[in-house]
Amino acid sequence: MSTSSATNAAGIIQSRTLNLPFDNIDTDQIIPAQFLTTTERAGLGRFCFFHWRFHPDGSSKAEHPLMHHVPAEHQVLVAGPNFGCGSSREHAPWALMDMGFRAVISSRFADIFRNNSIKNGLLPVVMEQSVVDFLLAHPNHPVRIDIPAGKLEVSGLGTFGFPLDPFAAYCLAQGIDQMDFLLRQETDIARYENASSP
Amino acid sequence: MKQMPTLFEKIWQRHVVREESAPNGDGAGDSAPPILYIDLHLLHEVTTPQAFSELRSRGLKVRCPDLCLATIDHSTPTLPADANGNYPYVTDQAREQVETFYRNCADFGIQLHGWGSPNRGIVHVIGPELGATQPGMTIVCGDSHTATHGAFGALAFGIGTTEVGHVLASQCLLQSKPATLGIQIEGELGRGVSAKDVILHVIGAIGVDGGTGSVIEYFGSTVRAMDMESRMTLCNMSIECGARAGMVAPDEVTFAYLKGRPMAPAGTDWDRAVADWKTLASDLASDLASDASSAFDRLVKIDASQIQPSVTWGTHPGMVIPINGIVPGRDESPNEDAHDYMHLQGGSPLAGEHVDIVFIGSCTNSRLSDLRSAASIMQNRKVAAGTRMLVVPGSEQVRAAAEKEGLHRIFLDAGAEWREPGCSMCIGMNGDIAQPGELVVSTSNRNFKGRQGRNARTVLASPLTAAACAVAGCVTDPRPMLENGPMPGNQPLMETRP
Repeated sequence: MSTSSATNAAGIIQSRTLNLPFDNIDTDQIIPAQFLTTTERAGLGRFCFFHWRFHPDGSSKAEHPLMHHVPAEHQVLVAGPNFGCGSSREHAPWALMDMGFRAVISSRFADIFRNNSIKNGLLPVVMEQSVVDFLLAHPNHPVRIDIPAGKLEVSGLGTFGFPLDPFAAYCLAQGIDQMDFLLRQETDIARYENASSP
Repeated sequence: MKQMPTLFEKIWQRHVVREESAPNGDGAGDSAPPILYIDLHLLHEVTTPQAFSELRSRGLKVRCPDLCLATIDHSTPTLPADANGNYPYVTDQAREQVETFYRNCADFGIQLHGWGSPNRGIVHVIGPELGATQPGMTIVCGDSHTATHGAFGALAFGIGTTEVGHVLASQCLLQSKPATLGIQIEGELGRGVSAKDVILHVIGAIGVDGGTGSVIEYFGSTVRAMDMESRMTLCNMSIECGARAGMVAPDEVTFAYLKGRPMAPAGTDWDRAVADWKTLASDLASDLASDASSAFDRLVKIDASQIQPSVTWGTHPGMVIPINGIVPGRDESPNEDAHDYMHLQGGSPLAGEHVDIVFIGSCTNSRLSDLRSAASIMQNRKVAAGTRMLVVPGSEQVRAAAEKEGLHRIFLDAGAEWREPGCSMCIGMNGDIAQPGELVVSTSNRNFKGRQGRNARTVLASPLTAAACAVAGCVTDPRPMLENGPMPGNQPLMETRP
């Protein structure tokens, strides 16, 4: 397996992993509320895990694994269960993606974070805790994610399927536009509205 | 075997525009999730600007501006405007965010309850207050505490900004159907135990991700006995155990609350609506508790008599102990640094810890009954030296009602601050934050690290407990302070009405 990172058109992510060995990582950690006054989607990467990466005076916490993040090499984050719990802020996946992440591996994701991630092309990979534990014990580990096939290949451990509903997989792999898809259902929407109005 | 429908199932079925997997010949549609129609879309300044930008870039308009309810609450200061009418925003960016929202609402024809409106307030406080929130509705907002509206027997849940755009443009959402979790709460609550203690107890019992993938229906004698504001507190924190939504079947208490509110149906429309809401509430599994276990995907039973005034000790809302309980050891949460962050030792009590700030407010506990509850403790008492107390009403309506009955006077006389309505210290976006290391006893909903200010420590509690902590200057059981006073829950509730 090559260790160079790439997401190609066929929906393959090849990357090394970056570990955050904590449970219940909430969206206030991923992107603190003070950065939510923006009216843009772009540019949130520098604030991602801000309090984990920087001291109050703005200097870097050199020892933190996130400070060793090389976007070209580490596109896959590995974390404890219930990743993304808390608020509905879509700024969380925006920030993670702006920082260079393309997938997160955890045994459980919070619902809204999971939805928000898929809609932005950040892949939530649900794995058995044993696989997550292996990855957490082996930092900087090479992995390969085949999105259309729903497979995670962990070097030295094996290949594992992960659940992804067909529509989400289709959208992620093909870059389908869900808003456009909804607007194309105009006939059904209008029929519903006409039937519901008194 | 699912014989009796759940409330969730009834509302879901009423709102399906297109079933799952209905082929429409374009490939993607063959496996698309169900499309759900949305009856009410709540909007605020923080999670909407990028959605409006998306609409602009595609040349789209808002499909149903009349189904939108907009206000400003998160980034807004809680200190008054100066003599020139300028509000003390925390940053220029916060001011620009609010101004952007004004522009977006004007451009897309959405009525905004902004500065100066007698209806402005926290979005989850004003929806019910205006009667916009009604039984049987689907309600969404770019805000995870949208579950609050489930108290009225609505299916209400938080969405991200991309989905805010979807609803603005199409009034619909692609939604996979969640599982159902029944939470049956039976028995009488003890003295000094409120809905906040109930929901903290529930989250502590099922865990911070115990509701993930589910919609919760709360039922049982304890829930039936709650007034609407208590039910809102209960449903509000459903997201804190991971659930998308929480709901309570509507009943006479619900109808009485809604009757006469500005956006509620009136005249013969009212009678028709109530008749419909009653059909919605009839035949529910939760009304026939013996059938409930087969109706829900999962059922949890809670004995109300066992619930104590409850508080969080750690760094997520599932880390809950009774007010006089002991902080658990590190082995309970080995992959979290809650003890270090909170400066607490396992095996020690939380009661007695010095409190720097008490915050009464947020979409969880900022309504009139919450303020009355806190005021019942503060009456003829003072905030302890070395402790600060902020009281932030949930809306202009709540503020007006509280001031009419003199509650603000009680807080001010006690040495507390009486602020303008808004989210304030719950999220700390507007500059209302604690300093590093300070301990905040807060009636809000989240105790995540840094939530109320960098390295600030949060203890979630009921308004009664929080007020008692302000008087004592340390974490304390509110019940001894109740001995000579009236039981807050027994006061006749004169509701807030616009």
